[in-house]
Amino acid sequence: MKKINLILAILSVIVLIAAPHFFKTYGVYMLTYWLVYVIANLGLNLIVGYAGLKALGHAAFFGIGAYTSAILMQAGVDFWAAMVVGMVLCFILGLLVGFPALRVQMHYLAFATLGLNEIIVLILKNEEWLTGGTFGISGIERPSLFGYAFKGAIPYYYFVLVFAVVAFLLLWWLIHSPWGKAFTALRDNPIRAESLGINIQRYTLLAFAIGGVYAGVAGSLFASLVQFIDPAPFDVQISILMFLMVILGGPGYLLGPVLGSFIGVFAPEWLRFTEGWYLLLFGAVILVLMVWLPGGLLSLRQALIARREAKAHEAARVTAAKQARRGA
Amino acid sequence: MNPILSVKGLKKSYGAIQAVRDVSFDVMPGEIFGVIGPNGSGKTTMFNSMLGQIRPDAGQIFLNGNDITHLNPQQLSMQGVGRTFQTLQVFGNMTVRDNLIVAAQEHRGTMLRRLFAPTDSGLGGKADELIDLFNIAHVKHKPAGSLSYGQQKLVDIAMAFMSDPSLVLLDEPCAGVNPRLVASISRMLKELNQRRKGSFVVIEHNMDFVMDLCHRILVMVEGEVMMVGTPAEVRANKRVLDAYLGS
Repeated sequence: MKKINLILAILSVIVLIAAPHFFKTYGVYMLTYWLVYVIANLGLNLIVGYAGLKALGHAAFFGIGAYTSAILMQAGVDFWAAMVVGMVLCFILGLLVGFPALRVQMHYLAFATLGLNEIIVLILKNEEWLTGGTFGISGIERPSLFGYAFKGAIPYYYFVLVFAVVAFLLLWWLIHSPWGKAFTALRDNPIRAESLGINIQRYTLLAFAIGGVYAGVAGSLFASLVQFIDPAPFDVQISILMFLMVILGGPGYLLGPVLGSFIGVFAPEWLRFTEGWYLLLFGAVILVLMVWLPGGLLSLRQALIARREAKAHEAARVTAAKQARRGA
Repeated sequence: MNPILSVKGLKKSYGAIQAVRDVSFDVMPGEIFGVIGPNGSGKTTMFNSMLGQIRPDAGQIFLNGNDITHLNPQQLSMQGVGRTFQTLQVFGNMTVRDNLIVAAQEHRGTMLRRLFAPTDSGLGGKADELIDLFNIAHVKHKPAGSLSYGQQKLVDIAMAFMSDPSLVLLDEPCAGVNPRLVASISRMLKELNQRRKGSFVVIEHNMDFVMDLCHRILVMVEGEVMMVGTPAEVRANKRVLDAYLGS
């Protein structure tokens, strides 16, 4: 890691540790809410940004993590055990979702995953005996560790922060391993990747499964944060919002979901003074950004470098043409 | 000596059009084997059938005596078959060095072991060696997509050799390349052939390149093998001149 990156990483962690002390309870709640989305979207970034698979059903995994935790904790199971069960379920579902991705791609895959999300939401709504239906599940406990319960807003924020930092570091490590290169190869050129011995089926399934586990962990933390869940936060709309957050921040950039989730979570709060206009403004900002920076906010530096190089190239071409004319 | 590649009775049709008609040939170990023929003669269809890209209607392909007819491209790579494509196929967002590393990493260890392997999979030295051979050391840390066409072509070819394949199939390695670079590619391929004793099959339209590089040449016309011979024999064959060189 470069020295400047290390310094920035340490500074970021210090800011994140200090942050909740500058906010009231609702502000701390929103920060925690953001971190939950960061964890979920780190997984989505692996699927969309690194493996290049157009998935629009991430909220389904988020919901499975949340509901597994809520249902098992209501049944008296410990938070940690419930979270692990949620992770395993998401891993299995991720593998199952990956299979359509072996046959369909691009917008067809997006619709296939969207369909899966809808099925999961229908199950959550209709299987009342298990999920509470539209009434949801309330009274979900906050977790505890070695007898210490993370009940308050600030302790739970730190609890989720540890998860977010570990999730980030794990993804950093994964992306810098040979697996990361294989995922990127799969995204950039699957035909060439296959001809080089990369098992694109296996890596596609793994991207969905690992990405699903990230959403499962986030879902579990979300259930304990809000302490009441119903099917709404796991709807198709949320999947689209998650996708938007990844695209907004910069797919294929490790910090993309961190930035994208920040905007996705806080922009509606900041634009609240506009009352009914905030969705329109938010939409307009997204539209402008997608036109000018389709690679997301974090692609700004690269876009500027590319523009500078293109200018230099054009200048060199014009000079060469002038010299050639003079020579003739 | 047994052939490294043996193609027997390969056939492929698209509807009523017979693109490849009963093609058979052998490639010997260490041999550079050229495939020439006019446009539409079935070279690319034959190539894609051999490389698991399309399924042949009939025939068998053997690599070192093992039947590889129905293997997919990934399995073929693991069996020791490297290839390049007619069009550029580099990973544009990765650096040149990473392009070469990813070209061989799957040939090292198990999937789980690769998860815990270093970023370069221990292939950095080997990548640098090929980078030096192909004269692209000055751009090795640049994204491959930012290079000129000729430089990308060199990266593309170098990638096919990273996993030490026993057989490399090169599909028009000189397409769109300037004459100076064509000479360099020829020299590099000869050097790789000498150093690694690998066998190459080369499809190419550039006659000077093929005649200079290949030990034997197969001439395909209308999906059939017209002749197989040394460059001198091909040059001297009047039917070839009529069908191809003269056209």
